[in-house]
Amino acid sequence: MAVIATMLFNGLAYGVLLFSMAVGLALTMGMMRFVNLAQVSLAMTGGYLVVVAMPHFGLPYLATLPLCFVLVALLTMLLERWVFRHFYGADDLTQVLLTIGLLFMSVAGAAYLFGPSFRPMQVPDWLSGQVPLLGLMLDRSRLFLVGAGATLALALFLGLERTRFGAMVRACVDNPRAAGACGLNTSMVFALTFAVGGGLAGLGGGLAVTQLVIDPNFPLRYLVYVLIVVSLGGTGTVIGTLLASVLIGIVDVAGKYYMPQAGSSLLYLITVVIMLWRPNGLLQRKGMP
Amino acid sequence: MTPHEHSYFQPSTRWNRWEIAFWLAWAAAYFIPGTNLPLLTHILVWGLFAMSLDLILGYRGIASLGHAAFFGIGAYAAGFLAKFGWTEPLSGLLLAGITAGLTGLLTGRIVRGLHGVALLMVTLGLNMMLYDAAQRATDITGGDDGLQGVALAPVLGLFRFDMYGHTAYWYVLTVAFVLLVLARALVRSPFGLALRGARENPLRMLTLGAPIERDAILAFGLSAAGAGIAGALLTQTTQFVAPEVLAFQRSADVLTMLVIGGLGRLYGGFIGALVFVLLHDTVAALDPIYWYFWIGLLLVFIVTFFRQGILNTLDKLLASRRGEAV
Amino acid sequence: MAFGGLSIFKNLDFSLQAGYRHAIVGPNGAGKSTFVHLLTGLLRPSGGRVVLDGRDITHATPQQRVQGGLVRTFQLNTLFPALPPLEAAVLALCQREHLGGLSLRSLARRPRQIEEAWSLLERFGLASEARRPTGLLSYGQQRLLEVALAYALRPQVLLLDEPAAGLSTAQGHALFEQLATLTAGTTLLFIEHDMNLVFRYADRVSVFAGGDVIAEGTPTEVRSNDLARKAYLGH
Repeated sequence: MAVIATMLFNGLAYGVLLFSMAVGLALTMGMMRFVNLAQVSLAMTGGYLVVVAMPHFGLPYLATLPLCFVLVALLTMLLERWVFRHFYGADDLTQVLLTIGLLFMSVAGAAYLFGPSFRPMQVPDWLSGQVPLLGLMLDRSRLFLVGAGATLALALFLGLERTRFGAMVRACVDNPRAAGACGLNTSMVFALTFAVGGGLAGLGGGLAVTQLVIDPNFPLRYLVYVLIVVSLGGTGTVIGTLLASVLIGIVDVAGKYYMPQAGSSLLYLITVVIMLWRPNGLLQRKGMP
Repeated sequence: MTPHEHSYFQPSTRWNRWEIAFWLAWAAAYFIPGTNLPLLTHILVWGLFAMSLDLILGYRGIASLGHAAFFGIGAYAAGFLAKFGWTEPLSGLLLAGITAGLTGLLTGRIVRGLHGVALLMVTLGLNMMLYDAAQRATDITGGDDGLQGVALAPVLGLFRFDMYGHTAYWYVLTVAFVLLVLARALVRSPFGLALRGARENPLRMLTLGAPIERDAILAFGLSAAGAGIAGALLTQTTQFVAPEVLAFQRSADVLTMLVIGGLGRLYGGFIGALVFVLLHDTVAALDPIYWYFWIGLLLVFIVTFFRQGILNTLDKLLASRRGEAV
Repeated sequence: MAFGGLSIFKNLDFSLQAGYRHAIVGPNGAGKSTFVHLLTGLLRPSGGRVVLDGRDITHATPQQRVQGGLVRTFQLNTLFPALPPLEAAVLALCQREHLGGLSLRSLARRPRQIEEAWSLLERFGLASEARRPTGLLSYGQQRLLEVALAYALRPQVLLLDEPAAGLSTAQGHALFEQLATLTAGTTLLFIEHDMNLVFRYADRVSVFAGGDVIAEGTPTEVRSNDLARKAYLGH
């Protein structure tokens, strides 16, 4: 029983990471129907920011996290203005090829800047070790992730439901043309949504440093997971992405524990089955929240 | 009806000089001293693979991210046949193609209702599952070390597969040519027209009474068979097959090649394979990680400036020179 | 017919007389296009039957209905942008003759279909544009092709969803005049907003409003119907 509970918890923590990396993609796919596979490269950027900035500038871990968000958000905004914007009307295949190309370039770029092997990370003391909680021994780092994830999800949800900008985002996801016709500056909403999504991916990367390996092949390894999360969760929905992320996180952790020889096949099988059953995602809809 | 009107479909049926030049060039390449025959053979195999993808992607508009699955099935089928004593190459090739084709029909049936993201994910998922299985079933597939004991008898009982790749070259070139002729006839038939119609507007096809699902499944099967034959050719000419033929990276590579060369032209696959493999060969001499940079840049470049691919862009240029509406 | 929580056509009893030209009119959102979707099989009713020529086609696929002689056009041009009208026409004709199966015979070896395609295009005044991609044709020409492709299938019953939509009054009248000539004897069901066209070409009119038929009869009868007038004054 304890094993199962711990495993669920670990899966939840992993799901938080996937959520953070995938939610930006879900939003931009729902809003401007833009398939940005380079999302995972943005996550990698965040991860590298942490593992490089911490020793280089001597910053404490917690301080690097907001930095991840802000810097990667800015980078994403630049990408949106200079590159992505020109492809909003293009067909899916074009966008896939464009962003895969950018992903490949990021892999090479990371190898060039930081070398081909992974960057070891000095886990801060307050995140090391375990804590007894609810009768289980839980990793501090994972507890932190779950806490961060809950905060993030709540912030996103409130931001979308309670703020004016959130209302604009929801309108644009529902019907961008009508929203524009009502006078919304869709261009700005697109840019900011992209930026926030990218920033969240960067933050996800920063959060991931205690769990996942940060190396140039990071985008290639996690692209499939992010795609699975978004297709199962449905585009344009935060709750859907959250549910899917947690589900995938748990399935992957459980699969690797109980059937290590099957590897990720369990995950792919589940994806195929669910996609055949519910092509529009688990929640069978393409809208907010 | 004037002869002029009657002959609308004829020019495309006749072989134009570019096509003839293309195949003659391949034949001539054999006689040029110092050509790297194994490399050229490799390009032809990939060109055939890409052409098979063109049938469903270029002509029917179905995007599959898992085409390497059929390539791999054909490759392994040929490998197993040869390993267990069926060393006759041509029949082995045919059987491998049929195996892949049947799997293609099944896959087409599975994905028949899907579009967009769901279609990409299911094809991708199926591909990755197959790859995983091949990698793990090391006692059957030999794992990354490859299938052992793949040996082939001479083609037509006469032409032994030699070390220098002479037989392999002509073997692959002939098969590629035959398949192109078949594919060419197919796409210029009413069936090909129906595929293009379904690509352009499936709803309209439905209301014209067209069996679009059946057509799509057939196209999938044929495309898979073509990919399977390409895979079998690879196994037969290298006497080797390993799980990497099934890897997602192969699916991505073949898609890239097709986009580079141009969709919907059958030859686009070959041109794209030529560019891709030559580029890869040049860059691979350097650090492999930089390959990602160049291929990424190529993709971004193509998508931005030559989205239609080389052949279609050339076509447009020539047409606008002739003053036609494009 | 149920759309989520909304239920329409609860008690719809609609019959189309063979050889008649029957118009469907009504304000936007009245369910006219939905009705055509139901007839052609793009939507399934939650209850009731659709009968064609004595045959129950309620569970027939859209393709089966087309093969049974029930053909439609769409309100928004539903064409093949990259294909020229000639290829589109040959495509329609090949489908009609069930020639679209697996084959290696080139289209050039189908002279009968090519010839028929040319005369079809000539009848609709599209011969001059036959070789240009449909996407490059003018809206009016595309609309003509939309109807031509349906006509090519030699339908028993032709359903036209706002055939004159987006056309000028003159173009609309020209189209209807042509249709009247070409489809003499075919049963025609058309949705229209231009009441002049309706009164000129329809034998019977059904007025749809709020998901139901509120009036039916000859054009004159319907014109003097209070309910019908009320439905229209509202929009």
